[in-house]
Amino acid sequence: MKVLQVIDCAYRATLEEQDDTIIWITHAMKGAGAHLTVLLGGNATNYVIRGQDASGLSFGDWRQTEPPRIENDVAGLVEKGVKVYVLEEDLAERGLGNEPRIDGVALITRGGVPSLMDAHDQVWHW
Amino acid sequence: MADNKTLTFALMDAPYESARSTTAFRMMDIAARRGYDINVFAYEGAVCVPFSKQAPHPNAVHGREVEEENHPLPKDWVAALMREAEKNGGKLDWVNCGLCVDERGVAEAIEGVRRGTPGDLWQMAGDSDNTLVIGTR
Amino acid sequence: MAKYMLIESRDPFTSNEVAQNYALAAGLVGAGNEVTVFLVQNGVLPARAGTRADGLSALTTAGVTVLADSFSLRERAIAGDMLADGVSAAELDVVVDALADGAKTIWN
Repeated sequence: MKVLQVIDCAYRATLEEQDDTIIWITHAMKGAGAHLTVLLGGNATNYVIRGQDASGLSFGDWRQTEPPRIENDVAGLVEKGVKVYVLEEDLAERGLGNEPRIDGVALITRGGVPSLMDAHDQVWHW
Repeated sequence: MADNKTLTFALMDAPYESARSTTAFRMMDIAARRGYDINVFAYEGAVCVPFSKQAPHPNAVHGREVEEENHPLPKDWVAALMREAEKNGGKLDWVNCGLCVDERGVAEAIEGVRRGTPGDLWQMAGDSDNTLVIGTR
Repeated sequence: MAKYMLIESRDPFTSNEVAQNYALAAGLVGAGNEVTVFLVQNGVLPARAGTRADGLSALTTAGVTVLADSFSLRERAIAGDMLADGVSAAELDVVVDALADGAKTIWN
């Protein structure tokens, strides 16, 4: 079974969780043998942009020692062989079209999404 | 049961936060009445849904005491669906993501709920006729 | 050809992603699929005739079946005779039917 993971919600509880929890569960399921593709849309297109830095969170004498490193986590999926697509229009409307992004992600237009969905057995929109 | 189906639902919302929770339960209720086998992978806040320490409360704004208010407790919904599915020849297997349980301190779940991992979601999905993921916002 | 059931739980008045979801539904039909959009929760709000429901009408023109959850409609005082053209009230059972039949079912 091939599943398309659609992720468009971004930076939701990522500081508390130290991860984007959907990127994280994608890693975990991949490790369990899942056949997954990732489509990043909406604000989640920002996840492929280089230079994200969430370090330095502190409350009183509490310090976060392991901030989320989302661009590394997305790059990690690519390294594991997960195909990662990014919606081109959503990148552009956020002014990200020419920003440096991680290697190995593929751009896809909205017009290409039906075919991508057709190529998978199930589509899981998180 | 002839032509029995197995459906998997992945849920993320904590109780009392979103209409997504009640819609999910409405779908699972339909499936339970049909005697389907139902798998639930509860992720993040959804692991609080079967938390056994949920307690009802009165409603002073409406002048109702505890009994009259009869405040919904989602843990009771889970138990009710377990009974309904079983009554009709199916079952409800509710799996709480273990790490999500730990960080929320909600290990005390109602009977029948078990602890699992993302591998369980993939396994359940593979063994099902279909899977519906209801993400949170 | 595949069957798709797109569950739309959000409304276009508060989420600009809804229009994109409607467009996806039309695109999937254009790609040769059978597509149903099932409106639920606040997703039924644009189903009231007289609202900014152009997106829904365009869906039906594109060949998408548009259904609205009866419970969500009643919850919002939208009676059956108040629905926009092309939208039909339906029970949530339709979604469970689609799931059971193996339709690609996507929650928005």
